[in-house]
Amino acid sequence: MKEEKEKKEISRREFLGKAGTGVAGSYFILSSLKQAEAVAKENPLQPPETYFGNIQVQLTVNGVKHKVRVHTNTTLVELLRDRLSLTGTKVVCNHGECGGCTVVIDKKAVYSCQMLALDADGKDVTTIEGLLKGEELHKVQQAFIDKDGLQCGFCTPGQIMSAYALLLNNPDPSEEEIKTAMAGNICRCSAYPKIKESVAEAARLLKA
Amino acid sequence: MSRKVIKSVTNLYDKKIERLAEVPDEKLPPLKNNKELKYIGRGISRIDGYDKVSGTAVFTFDKILKNMAHARILRCPHPHAKIRKIDITKAMNIKGVIDIITKDNTEKIDWYDGDTFIFDEHLRYQGDEIACVAAENEVIASMALKKIEVEYEILSHVTDKMTAVKEDAPKLYDWGNISPDANPAKYNRGDYEQGLKNADQIIEEEYNTQFVIHNPTEVHCSTVDWNGDHLTIWDSTQGIFAVRNSVAAALKIPQNKITVIKKYMGGGFGAKLEAGKYTVMAALLAKRIGRPVRITIDRKEMNLAVGNRPDSYQRLTVGVKNDGTLTALGMTMYGAMGAHRDGAGCQWPLRSLYKCPNVKVEEYHVAINTGRSRPFRAPGHVQGTFAFESIIDMAAEKIGMDPIEFRLKNYAEVEANWEIPWTTKLLKECYKQGAEAINWKSKRNKKAGEGKGPVKRGVGMASQIWWGTGGPPAYATVKLNRDGSVHVLSGTQDIGCGTYTILAQVAAEVLEIPVERITVSLGNTDEHPYGPSSGGSMTASSVTPAVYDGALQIKAKLMSGASALLGVREDNLVYSQGVIYSKDDKNKKKSIQEVVRETHEQILVATGARNARPQGVMLNSFGAQFAEVEVNLETGKVKVLKIVAAHDIGRTINRKLLENQFHGGIIQGIGYALLEERVIDHYTGKVLTTNLHNYKMPTIKDAPEIEVIIVSEGDDQISAIGAKGIGEPAIIPTAGAIANAVYNATGVRIRTLPITPDKILNQVYNIG
Ligand code: FES
Ligand code: FES
Repeated sequence: MKEEKEKKEISRREFLGKAGTGVAGSYFILSSLKQAEAVAKENPLQPPETYFGNIQVQLTVNGVKHKVRVHTNTTLVELLRDRLSLTGTKVVCNHGECGGCTVVIDKKAVYSCQMLALDADGKDVTTIEGLLKGEELHKVQQAFIDKDGLQCGFCTPGQIMSAYALLLNNPDPSEEEIKTAMAGNICRCSAYPKIKESVAEAARLLKA
Repeated sequence: MSRKVIKSVTNLYDKKIERLAEVPDEKLPPLKNNKELKYIGRGISRIDGYDKVSGTAVFTFDKILKNMAHARILRCPHPHAKIRKIDITKAMNIKGVIDIITKDNTEKIDWYDGDTFIFDEHLRYQGDEIACVAAENEVIASMALKKIEVEYEILSHVTDKMTAVKEDAPKLYDWGNISPDANPAKYNRGDYEQGLKNADQIIEEEYNTQFVIHNPTEVHCSTVDWNGDHLTIWDSTQGIFAVRNSVAAALKIPQNKITVIKKYMGGGFGAKLEAGKYTVMAALLAKRIGRPVRITIDRKEMNLAVGNRPDSYQRLTVGVKNDGTLTALGMTMYGAMGAHRDGAGCQWPLRSLYKCPNVKVEEYHVAINTGRSRPFRAPGHVQGTFAFESIIDMAAEKIGMDPIEFRLKNYAEVEANWEIPWTTKLLKECYKQGAEAINWKSKRNKKAGEGKGPVKRGVGMASQIWWGTGGPPAYATVKLNRDGSVHVLSGTQDIGCGTYTILAQVAAEVLEIPVERITVSLGNTDEHPYGPSSGGSMTASSVTPAVYDGALQIKAKLMSGASALLGVREDNLVYSQGVIYSKDDKNKKKSIQEVVRETHEQILVATGARNARPQGVMLNSFGAQFAEVEVNLETGKVKVLKIVAAHDIGRTINRKLLENQFHGGIIQGIGYALLEERVIDHYTGKVLTTNLHNYKMPTIKDAPEIEVIIVSEGDDQISAIGAKGIGEPAIIPTAGAIANAVYNATGVRIRTLPITPDKILNQVYNIG
């Protein structure tokens, strides 16, 4: 991970030093919750901001800059869904096993449930919503409709983001390359044959 | 069109289900063949595609309400225990925790048909519910779960059905471990013993199938919101009315005080056919705290607590004459239903696939300390068909007959359980076209395993029968606006199968207007007329005829309106592409828009109903799948190269969506045959496969080439549309076809699923 955290108020490492714990297990920040209670009293109808943490990260999502306060253990997908209301990105396993939460960062497909929000600091993130131009679909999205690369549609944002990342790097993938790029995205409806066709169609549409 | 209430009878498993339902009182004109239709049968794109590819589709998982609290469930870590004491003090002290409910602070609410309660002190499996926490966010709720202190009395457990049926096994219920509904469930036809005596050959074999988990991508979840005494539930469900009625009964509130909504859901496959305890818990919490509550379960809970396909042990006996005639079929089977009562049998393929006068079945459904089984895409038929179609192949080999020839020799012309004919049965055609497409004659090894070298190829096949075919009650409202646009509304669900799209195609076909002018709205118990749960491959076959009826009624209203406006008798009018003409004078015409406007209507409305099921005939879908596999005898790995699926499923409504659904069923079938298994450590009683890394589901790399052949047109005895349903037929024969192909390739017969490399190697090298 590149260390480009100039803008962060407190670096991840520094914070972990203070908290004296690993990331995965312990995220309980008593001080912030006490603060939270104080805020809660002021406005009992709104969950206080501080329940979500007090470390600021700054990132660009779909071209828009955001400053958001998070906990050390907040994942990128939690930031996207819970804080920015970008619910197009799904959580399926939350363990890096299915690709349901795939977003694109630096032209790479990334499992957003496996990236800490802190590590997304300074990054430029593209989610499924970011492929749209206004109401107009991106060609990769259109290809998934034309070739019916979906059934229930829950894995679809992840599939499309993986396909998008593949085509950014390899505009003319072979069938094997498509399968390899898409192998990290589980579709329980098993629309795989048509997902494969959709990715090939997307490549064709993008070249046209 | 007028209506009458009739008794509609469905033969489903051993049940004769009689339902009173309101149906059209005359038979509606059936559709023509697909070639002559304009919208039905075409592979048009999903009309909900935009929402799903753009990320804007709001699934239940995505439903956010202002000021919403988040709930999580504490589950029992032990396979069998009693709660001595629950202490929630520490958890309640966590800031951000709003409320916690347990058996101590809630009323007893019956659940699972009175087997248990929403919170029971007797915990019967790892994953049984203990408490539910509402907190400001999910992270805090999850944290609070760890701070709830529970004192357990650990009870001895049993997680294997064959141990559970023994006298001295720990018991889950007063009635023991064998379900009173199946101890055993018996079926006898003809004289089985005599049938065995008449046989030249008797083949006896044992088969085992594993537990598999539905694992839809969207976890089970609900968002609930009270407004005074009215409860709104967004639920990830296959049955909005089922959820409404169960929650109303649990909370003792009238059904009209509950609205259940489901617009999009991330798969169910049978696991989401009933209301979940979690929804009731969320409703209880929401009422107590006066805020909306979102409850989700995580992937581990998905693999522990919300359903699985039951496993099976099947001892099968086949009596056969040397000329290929079946004389006797016998089955003794045990299936584990988990910790609560549910069906766990699989006798139907054996009872209904072939002609055989003498049949004897005994089934035991066994309770064990694991999560409860639930219907999973063709419940029973998937387990049963694998074993039965394996032994049928062995019987054919024993008498030296080709497997297809053997099946044709015993082809059933009459449904033997009720001794009635089928409306349509095109299984012969499936054999013929499927065999051609896979190249059966040239690809099949004359002698199993005769191929040279360590990498061997072979082909195999298996047949399928399923219920499906739909029935009343099912309703759909069709509304025509002044601008000629149309709404179709029905209280059924689209669970990914394309219901939105096919209903639009039916309305488009009748009204002869483009699909783009039609909007379909599903999944709201308040706004929509009753539609069936999405299970049993019944949605398309039940709801499309209702839309057809509704659209025909709209057309009739338009004809009558146009007649009044033009002063031309109705029988002198023709309807074409949304315009009504006088037969004699083509210039005398009214568009449908003009008719609505000029008759001073705002909206024309009609509610269509599903017709009754025909009586005295049996309704089933059929099919045969053919697998070509490659088996590496050095690694034991099986690779499925190609599947040909040839099916008789009545009318194809949308070719593109139909293919997709077939792919899905077949690939899930490949998972069942080769990869998937819920593994339990019987010593600790714990499930070892609680994530998607350990629980192996197929990926794109496991998907072979698939060819789908539909041999049928509409079956107009079923309905004017004539669809039988395809969701379940697609998965039923896959594992059997693969197992038979593996045998043909290698000469190794695997009798226990999944067919993993170790099992192949152990047999090849004669180990174990
Ligand atoms: S949800 Fe992130 S990989 Fe499964
Ligand atoms: S479309 Fe349902 S999981 Fe992929």
